[in-house]
Parts: sequence; structure tokens; C-alpha cells
Amino acid sequence: MANMREVVLTRALNEALHEEFKRDDNVFLVGEEVGGVFGVTRGLDRRFGDKRVRCTPISEAAFTGLAVGAAVAGLRPIVEIMYLDFVTVCWDQIANQAAKLRYMSGGILKMPLVIRGQQGNLSREAAQHSQQIEGWCAQVPGLKVVMPATVEDAKGLLKSSIREDNPVIFVEHRGLYGLKGPMPRGEYTTPLGVAKVQREGSDITVVATSVAVQKSLGAAEKLAGQISVEVVDPRTLVPLDTETILASVRKTGRLLVVHDAPVRLGFGAEVVRAVTEEAFDALQAAPRVVGGANLPMPYSSVLEDACIPSEDDITQAIKQVVES
Amino acid sequence: MKPTEQQMKEMLRTMLTIRGFEQTACALYMDNWESGNFLGALHSYEGQEAVATGACACLRDDDYVFSTHRGHGHFIAKGGDVKAMFAELLGKEAGCSRGRGGSMHMFDPEKGLMGGNGIVGGGIPLALGPAFAANYRGTDQVTVSFFGEGASSQGVFHESLNLAALWDLPLIFVCENNRYAVGTPVSQGISVPNVSVRAAGYGCPGVTVDGDDPVAVYEAVSEAVAHARAGNGPSLVEAVTHRYSTHCMVMQEGREQSELDEMNEHDPIPRFEQYLQENGIISADEVQALKGEVSQLIEEAVAFGEDAPFPDPATVADGLWVS
Repeated sequence: MANMREVVLTRALNEALHEEFKRDDNVFLVGEEVGGVFGVTRGLDRRFGDKRVRCTPISEAAFTGLAVGAAVAGLRPIVEIMYLDFVTVCWDQIANQAAKLRYMSGGILKMPLVIRGQQGNLSREAAQHSQQIEGWCAQVPGLKVVMPATVEDAKGLLKSSIREDNPVIFVEHRGLYGLKGPMPRGEYTTPLGVAKVQREGSDITVVATSVAVQKSLGAAEKLAGQISVEVVDPRTLVPLDTETILASVRKTGRLLVVHDAPVRLGFGAEVVRAVTEEAFDALQAAPRVVGGANLPMPYSSVLEDACIPSEDDITQAIKQVVES
Repeated sequence: MKPTEQQMKEMLRTMLTIRGFEQTACALYMDNWESGNFLGALHSYEGQEAVATGACACLRDDDYVFSTHRGHGHFIAKGGDVKAMFAELLGKEAGCSRGRGGSMHMFDPEKGLMGGNGIVGGGIPLALGPAFAANYRGTDQVTVSFFGEGASSQGVFHESLNLAALWDLPLIFVCENNRYAVGTPVSQGISVPNVSVRAAGYGCPGVTVDGDDPVAVYEAVSEAVAHARAGNGPSLVEAVTHRYSTHCMVMQEGREQSELDEMNEHDPIPRFEQYLQENGIISADEVQALKGEVSQLIEEAVAFGEDAPFPDPATVADGLWVS
């Protein structure tokens, strides 16, 4: 593919930021030690200056509130939350202010705001640095929730999120930061609210998010020749492209949902709800959800691994649904 | 800086309008209550008129105000439309927030009115935003964040004061110390004698003024506004005032009658009228004429709100997102 090149996912996010900073002077970034830590914001400060790349004190509520207020005043802020677990200390600004001000104003105000950061596990940082926040955010009407799973989508979705006039929670997974994959050359955007079939298949639909997409693709590859697995990546949880999910289930007749977030009251339950309400007749087997344990994340590597669905767990679950 | 005589006359009009609005709104609330129609939480600004009036008289249309749950006074003082306020209280489509916000969430960004807030202290960090935007764009706009003394015990107050001072944001923190955080007296809520001393912890000016005197409020806030417009960063102005009513409508609280009687002596409106007349700024006839005009404005605004249609339920999702 001549129009593609291989890059790591952090590079894709970094290019999205550089391009959108260049495109629109109203775009600025606030956060703790931005420019460092994971490399997503690398080079922005040198290129665009400290007026547009603002390192803040450790005051998430204040700088998130600042961004919400700057958005309604016409700027286009990006907030970096170093670990998305830390939304707990600025949750009022996200859930009560960013999500609601436009609606409460009768639709007068605009909220062009992106709150982004990384979450997940694999770095063995225990319960306060290993959570999945997408379900918390998806429960708050007014927020859009975006979760890229591939290099190509990471760039395209971040660019769309920055151009979006509504508040977006952009959820990155640190386990994907080193992922290498093809990315189109030049500028492009990927629309919010449109799912992508990451792999076509005919026996079962696996709906997966973020890093679970990669694990599900691995499981699908392992089962190739025995079970034909279709992997659907919603890419945005809110708004959710249920049409693409329903079309896939109507084709395959089976559904498995996979995510790292705790399974209880999670995104998987919501997908199963939508599918059983809309496409019950198409189901040839009971749908299943494989998700994270309903536990604070433990520290020890063997315990952490036991809390998150692995590629093998997904492989087993696919077999169980297909063979049931 | 002192207000001009013309400004002071307008300030009296504003105070009378706020008082008239609140008294009428409370009566309307009780009428609705008695007929089983609950108009949410209504927090009366009665008694605190001098604070919003003195502070907003220092501002231009393009300056921003972030208000509180007790925000009707700020809305009126910054030039909001009283008709749209009554319509909003009554949940009508013609309301300033199309019936989606209610008493605590009135917006008019054209007048710099960026809304009240249902979360005590929740609006303080928001006010950092337009102040940041003014510096970002190189304008000389300022932002005022109103909040009560209760909110000064919230973490966001301290984070926001620190960030505003660190980044020299053109922001004026106006603390309305009405001496009660819901029902908790200030003596049980704050570790220092005055909220204004908290400014010293962040390296910015802090001052306490008589919040029942609109001229004193104007003088302090205009100085803070000049300081901010000149690029010198934020200030904290504490206006000590009196809340006449309970925290919100139909809420009982145990204030002593002697305290309520004492508050009448602080009523900022007769006091300001007397000041203006003694200094020959306004005549008794002019005051009467002003009161007549305000009564008429309120009467027409209530009628407008009552006659306005309710929103069409089919439009309930309107305004959630920019499509």
C-alpha cells in the first residue's frame, strides 16, 4: 500500500496534535508535564510555544474547569489527564459542567473540548492507576466517548475530536502506545459515531473496544480455518453506531462483547441490550460478555493478569458461543 | 474609583429591580407550590442586592460573569432580560435557557452571563477559562467569579486562586459572605476571620468591604478590575452581606428573630436611597418615579412569562449537541 506507512500509535496521535495545532490557532493544550511522560505531545511546546502548550500545577479540577470555561469562550482546548484515573479529582468539572452547560443553556453555548489521556493496565501500577473510565463517562449524557484501537484510527479520530464542537472524552490505552500499524500518508479524519469492521467473518460477531480489539483480532487469527470471526470496533461508545453492530449480528447470528473494563453494568451489557431488543430473532446462541474483574486492580503481575481478559480467554469464549 | 452620579442612579434602579424580581418570584413560587406545581429550588438574592449591583457596574458588556445557585441578582445587574428570567422560572420556551435550566442555570453569553451553577464552588474553575482566553487573545476583558463564603472551603476555590495568580489571569473573585453556607453559620465553616485573608496564601490582593453598600463594593471591584485589565492578575474581594430569606424556598431554618430584626437595619436599599438623597444625587420624586417604572417592568415581565408557551416535548433533545 503505497499510500500507507508503518508508525507507532503515539506517533499517530502526535501527528494529529501537530496538524490540528497548525490548522487552528484556537487549539491549545493544558495538563501536567505536557510534552513529556508518554511522548504523545512531543515537540508541541517547542513548535507552538508555552502560550499554547501549558504545563499546569497538579490541580486537575482547576485546569479542567479552565478548559471548560475557555471552550464556552470560543477557544478549542485539549486537556491532558496524565492517567485517566485522575478524572475522579475533576469529575465535577467533567460530569456536571462540561457535559451539561450547553444543554442547560438551551443550546446557546458551545463546548469544543477534548479531554484525553491514557488508561489501562500492563504497567503493574495497582488500583489507582489501572482503571477504565469509559463506562463512567458514557453514563453521563452530553459527553462523547472515543476509544481508538488502531494506529490509523488514533490519528483520524483525534483530529475529528479536536474539530468537534461537543465535549469528547478521548480514551487512549497505554498498552496500545507501542502498537505499530499502517497509517495513511497526509491529512485525514475519521468520523465519530461510525463503527469499523476490523476483520470480516461469518460465524460470530465480536464487538470489542480499545486494546480488546487487538486481542480479539489475535483470537480471530488463531481460530482462522475453524471459526470465521468478525471483529467490530465501535470506535466511539457515544454516540454508538448500533446499525453496524446489528448488521453484523444479523449476518453471523452470534455475539460476543469484549472489553477490559469491569463487566458489571458495563459497555458489554449495553451492546447485549441493544442487540436483544433489536435483533433477538437473528441470534442463534445466547450472547456473552467477557470483561474485566469486578475488583480494584491488584498489583502483582499474576493477579493483574487474572483480572483482564486475555487472548486465550477471548478464544475460549468465542468457541463456547459458537459451539453452544 | 467612585461611581458617577448617573451610575449611582442606575445602581439604585438595578437594586430595586432585583428586589422586585425576587419578591415577585417568591410569591409566584408560593402560588405554584400551593397549587401543587413545584418550581425547583429557588434561592432568593434579597438582601444581597448591593453586591451584584456594585460589582457589575464596573463591567462592560464583553466582560464575563460566572454566577451561583443564588444568581438572579447577578443576571439582572449584568443586563439580563427580566422577561426571559420569569419565563425560565416558569419552565417556558421563551426562557433565557429555553426551560432547560431553571432558576440556577440562566445564561446570556451576549451579555457575558455564563450561567449560575448547581454545585457550590463549581463555577469558580470555569471562570478561569474566559480569563485565560482574554490573555490568549490579547484583549483586556475581565471575568468575575461570584461565590459564597461556603464555597471558599471547597478545594476548587484554592486551586483556582493559585492558578489565576500563577498565570496572572484577569479574574476578580467576588466572595459574597452572607454568613450562612446553606444553614451553617460562618463561625462553624471558616478557619479565618475573613475570607479575604485567604488571598495572601496565593500572593494576590484581598480586601473585605461592606457588601450592603453598593458604592463600597464598586470602589473595591473597580480597583480589582483596573488591576486585572492592566495585566496584573486576579484579586479577591469579600463583600460581607445579609441573606434575608432561608437558603431556598420552603426550607426551614433556625435563625433567631433578633438576628432577622437586625438584618432589617442593614437593608441596602433604603440606606442607598437615603445616601443618594442626602447627597443631592436623586430627589424623593425621582425615587418614586423609579419605583413605579420598576414595578411596571416586573408586572409586564411576569405576564410575559405566564403567557409564554411551554416547550414542545418533542424538542426535549434539542441543544444537547451541536449537530
